[in-house]
Amino acid sequence: MIDYSVGDWIGKIGNFWLTLLVVLTYGLFMGAIIDRTIAKVQGRIGIPYSQPFINVLKNFFKRTAISHGVMFYLAPVFRLAGGIGTLAFIPVIYGSETFSNFSMSGDLFLVIYFMFFGQLGMALGAGESGHPYATIGIARGLSQMTAYEVPFALAVISIVIQYDTLSITEIVAAQQGGWQNWTVITNWVATLAAMLAFLGMAGYSPFDVHLAPQEIPIGPPTEFHSSYLSLMQLNRALFGATKLILFMNLFFGGATGLLELMLKTWMIYMVAIIIGVAFPRFRVDQTIRFFFKIPTLIGIMSIIYVQMVLTS
Amino acid sequence: MIKSLSTEDTLENSGLTEEEQLLFSNARPKAYEPYPIKAVEDFANWCRANSLWILAFGTGCGAIELRPLMTARFDASRFGMAGRPTPRQSSVFIIGGYASVKTLKRIIRSYEQMQGPKFVIALGICPINGGMYFDSYNTINRFDQYIPVDLYITGCMPRPEVLVAGLMELQNKIKAGECDGANRYVENFDWYKTNQKKVIKKWDMPDYNW
Repeated sequence: MIDYSVGDWIGKIGNFWLTLLVVLTYGLFMGAIIDRTIAKVQGRIGIPYSQPFINVLKNFFKRTAISHGVMFYLAPVFRLAGGIGTLAFIPVIYGSETFSNFSMSGDLFLVIYFMFFGQLGMALGAGESGHPYATIGIARGLSQMTAYEVPFALAVISIVIQYDTLSITEIVAAQQGGWQNWTVITNWVATLAAMLAFLGMAGYSPFDVHLAPQEIPIGPPTEFHSSYLSLMQLNRALFGATKLILFMNLFFGGATGLLELMLKTWMIYMVAIIIGVAFPRFRVDQTIRFFFKIPTLIGIMSIIYVQMVLTS
Repeated sequence: MIKSLSTEDTLENSGLTEEEQLLFSNARPKAYEPYPIKAVEDFANWCRANSLWILAFGTGCGAIELRPLMTARFDASRFGMAGRPTPRQSSVFIIGGYASVKTLKRIIRSYEQMQGPKFVIALGICPINGGMYFDSYNTINRFDQYIPVDLYITGCMPRPEVLVAGLMELQNKIKAGECDGANRYVENFDWYKTNQKKVIKKWDMPDYNW
C-alpha cells in the first residue's frame, strides 16, 4: 500500500464528495428517465425530469415529523451510510484519479458486505415503527435478499478466480481493450447468474413482493415520512446507481468516461425494467425457490466453467 | 408515558381504556409558522405544489374518478401527482363523494396521521351539502365541520377533467401560500373534536392520532 500524506487524503476525500454528488444527481435523474421510459410503454408522457429532485425537497420541507424511537431515527441514516459506504470503495470511472474513490486491493469483499449494511439498519428501523405491514415487508425482503445473494456471491467468486484478484480496479483493468475482453463474453455463465440476481436486487416485478404497494402498502417504509423519507429517497437513488456501477465494473468492462458510464448503466437497468413490465409478481416462496434453483445452479456452473475452461 | 390529567396542554383520551392510554400519545398538535424568509417559504410551497402525493383511500363513490388520473388519457403524473398507499407519506386527501359516519372515523384517523402541510379536496356535491343523501341518517352533510377543506370540486359526479383542473387550482393556491388547512385544524381543534364526537358515538380511539 502506498503511503499517503495528509494532503493526499484531503484531496481523496474532496474527490469522493464530488463523486458522491455526481452519482447522486445521476441516480435521481435516472429515476426520472426510467419512469418516463415506462410511461412511454404505457402511452403516457410521464413525470418531468426534475420530479425526483422536487420529491426529495418536498419531503425535506414537510413541517411535521414524528418519531417511533431511536432506531426509527437511525434507520434512514444507516441506509444512507450503507449507500455512501458502498460507493466509497467502487472505482466509478476507470483511469480517472477524481472518480477512483478509495479503491484498494480487496475492496470487492468490503463492497459485498456494505451492500447488506443498509438493509439491516432498515430492518431494525422498520421493526421499531411497529406497523405490521412493515414487519411483513422486512421478513419478505430479507428472505428474498438471502436468496439472491447466493447466485450473486457465486458469480463474484467465479470472476475472482478468473481474474485472480479481489480488487475491482484490477478486474476492470483486465477487461480493457475491446468488448471481446468483457466478462459478459469471457465468462458469460457468471454474468448470467449475476444478472438474474440483479433482477432480485433491483426490486421490480417479478421480485417486488417485499414492497407490493397494492397488498402491503409499500412494506418496510410504510411509517417513514418527511425528512426520514427524503433521506431514504436519496439513498434509493444513490444505491441504485452504485449497484449499476458495480455490475458495470464487474461484468461489462467498466467505463472510461461519464457518457459511457451513463449509457452502460442505463442499458443494464433496462434489463430489469423490460422484465419488470412483462412479468407479474412472484410470491415470496416462489421467489426463494426460483433463486435457489436456476440462478444458484448457473452460479455453481460458472465456477466449474472457470476452473475447467478458463484457468486450465 | 405517565397518564396525566386533562390540562390545556394534553388531551384526555377518554375513549381509551386505562391500559390503552399508556400506549398512545396525549400531546396536543401544534400549529406551524411559515419559514421566516419569504423566498424559502415560496420555494418550499413551489416544491409542495409540484409534488402532490394523493392518499389512495377511496371514501365514497367518487373514488372511481381518481383511478383514470393515472391512465394514459389523463396522466396526472405530468404535474407531479402520484398515489401513495400510506397516509404518512401523502399530502393530499381527496374526499371522494359522500362520507358516511362510519367512514368519517377512518377519514379522521387517516387525516391526523398525515404530516403537515396537508391539503383536503372535497369532491362532488355530497361533502358540501349532502347532495342526494341530504336526509340520510348516516351521511355527513357539511364536511368542513369535521375536517378543514382547502378546495371544493362540485358536481355529481365531476369528471376526471374537472378533478385535474381542481388539482391544478390547488397547486396555484399552495404556491400562493393560501392552503393552511392543517393549521386551521390545530387552531380550532376543540371545535372540530366536539363536532366529530357529536356524530361518532363509539369513540374508541385517541383524541389525536399521532
